[in-house]
Amino acid sequence: MTLLDVQNLRVTFDTETGPVEAVRGVSFSLGRERLGIVGESGSGKTMTGRAVLRLIRPPGRIEADRMSFEGQDLMQASETEMRALRGKRIGMVMQDPKYSLNPVMTVGDQLTEGLRRRDGLGRRDAEAKALAALEAVQIRDPSRVMDAYPHELSGGMGQRVMIAMMLIPEPDLLIADEPTSALDVTVQAEVLSILDNLVRDRGMGLIFISHDLRLVARFCDRVLVMYKGKVVEELQADHLLDAQHPYTRGLLNCLPRIGGPRGPLPTLDRTGAWAE
Amino acid sequence: MTLIEIDALSVTFRANGRDVRAVQDVSFAVAEGESFGLVGESGSGKSTILRAICGMAPVSAGTIRIGGQPLPTPRSPDFARQVQMVFQDPYASLHPRHTIDRTLSEPLAIHGIPGADDRVIRALQDVGLPTSFRFRYPHQLSGGQRQRVAIARALMLEPKILLLDEPTSALDASVQAEVLNLLNRLRAERGLTFLMVSHDLAVIDHMTDRILVMKDGRAVEGLSREDLAQGRMTTDYARSLLAASADRMLQEPAVRPA
Repeated sequence: MTLLDVQNLRVTFDTETGPVEAVRGVSFSLGRERLGIVGESGSGKTMTGRAVLRLIRPPGRIEADRMSFEGQDLMQASETEMRALRGKRIGMVMQDPKYSLNPVMTVGDQLTEGLRRRDGLGRRDAEAKALAALEAVQIRDPSRVMDAYPHELSGGMGQRVMIAMMLIPEPDLLIADEPTSALDVTVQAEVLSILDNLVRDRGMGLIFISHDLRLVARFCDRVLVMYKGKVVEELQADHLLDAQHPYTRGLLNCLPRIGGPRGPLPTLDRTGAWAE
Repeated sequence: MTLIEIDALSVTFRANGRDVRAVQDVSFAVAEGESFGLVGESGSGKSTILRAICGMAPVSAGTIRIGGQPLPTPRSPDFARQVQMVFQDPYASLHPRHTIDRTLSEPLAIHGIPGADDRVIRALQDVGLPTSFRFRYPHQLSGGQRQRVAIARALMLEPKILLLDEPTSALDASVQAEVLNLLNRLRAERGLTFLMVSHDLAVIDHMTDRILVMKDGRAVEGLSREDLAQGRMTTDYARSLLAASADRMLQEPAVRPA
C-alpha cells in the first residue's frame, strides 16, 4: 500500500541572481519499506526530505503535481493540518544532534514535552513512556540520560535520543536525514539496527537520506540516486553494484577498498549529458 | 631511518578536578618516507597523539622524537618547518576573514622567507587550484577546495612530515577521492612522511603502509597492509572494526540486517 506519493516535486529558491532550483522534478512513491536517497552535498536530497513535511522556509517554494500521504493532499493541507501530521504521523530525524536538540532543556523535558502537550499525558505517564523510548534505542542508563542536558551526551547518545524522540508518537513514516553520519562505525551499525527493527516491528515507512552509497546499499530496500536536484537512477539496493548510470558508477568507483589497488582513485567525470 | 618515534606516550587532561587519560602508554615509530595510520573510534586518542606531537596536548609521560631529537616545549619555529598538520574540518581550519593569499603567505612571513608571491602561486598550482583563487575568501570555496588550501598551507614551509587528522571525513566521496589522490601525488613528489588519523579503514588502507588500531587511549593492535587485506587481526576489537567498516557492506550484501 502506498504511504507517500510524490509526483514532480520542485523546490525553488528565489535569490538575487534569479531562481535556484534545489529539487527539479522528483517523483517517487513509498510503501512500508526502506527507501534510500543518496547524493552528494547540494544534490537536493535533504530538501526533498524537508519538502515532504513542507519544512522549507520562504524564499523557498515547494511545487508538485501531487504530494499525498495516505491519501491526504500535502500540497493543499493547511498549516494546522500539517502540524497535526508533523511528528505524529511523519517523523524526521535530523543530521546533527548538536544543533537539533534544545541545549537548555534536559533530555527528559524534551522527550516528555510532546507527550504532555499533544497527548495530554500526566508527568508520570509521560516519563514512563520516555524511559521506555530510551530503552528501545538501547540507551543503557535511561534515567541518567533523562536528567542530562544535550551537551553532556556523546554524539551517538544524542543521535539515539533524537531517534527516541521521533519514535514516541509512533509515526507511520520516518524521514532520517543522515542519521548516522556523525557517528563512529560501530555505533553506526547499532543505530541502524535499531532503526531496522523499528521498521520491521512497527511496519513503519522509512526514507533514509545519506551521502554514503555503501551504507544505503546495505540498509535500504530501494535507492534513489540524486544529482543536482534530479533522480538520475532508481535501483533495488541489492543490485546497486549493477548500477548503469555513469554518476552512480562514478560514486561507487571513487571509494577506496580495503586491499584494493594503490593507484589513484577514479574521480567523477561530470562532463556527460546527464550532468546538465 | 626512523623519523618519528613515539615512546610510551601518555596524555592526561584535567577536567573538573578529574584526570582524563586520553592516551595511555602508546609507542610506535614511523620511518622516513613511510605512511602510517592511526585508526579508532571517537575518543580513542588518535587525534590527541597528533596534537601532542605539535605540542598542543599535555604530555604526562613518555617521549616524542623527530629525527632522533626530543622536541622542545614550546615547539620551536624549526619544528614548524619540519612538521605540519592538516585538520579535519576545512570549514573551521581556515581563517574566515583572511584571503587565501594571506592564509598561504602568513607562514612565509613568520619564518622570514622571501618570494611570497611566487610561492603562493606555485602552492596553488601544486594543489590543483586555479591561481585566480588567490584573493578569494574561504566562504567562496567548496569544502574540497578549502581542504586543498589547507594542504597548500601545510606545505608552504616545505615540511618533511604531514600530520593528517581525518583530512577527508568532511568531504563527499567523489571529492574525497580527489583529495586522497592529491595527497598521494604530493607524497610521491616530495618524499613526505605521513602520519594519518582516520576512522575509515578503507581510507586508511588506501593511504598507509602500516596502521595502529587504538581504543580508549591505548594501542590495541598494529597491522600491516597485508594483514588488513587478509583479515589477519588478532584482537576482537580490530576484527569488529573491520566488520563494521562500510567497505564490507558492498562486498558482502549477504550480511544485510533484515
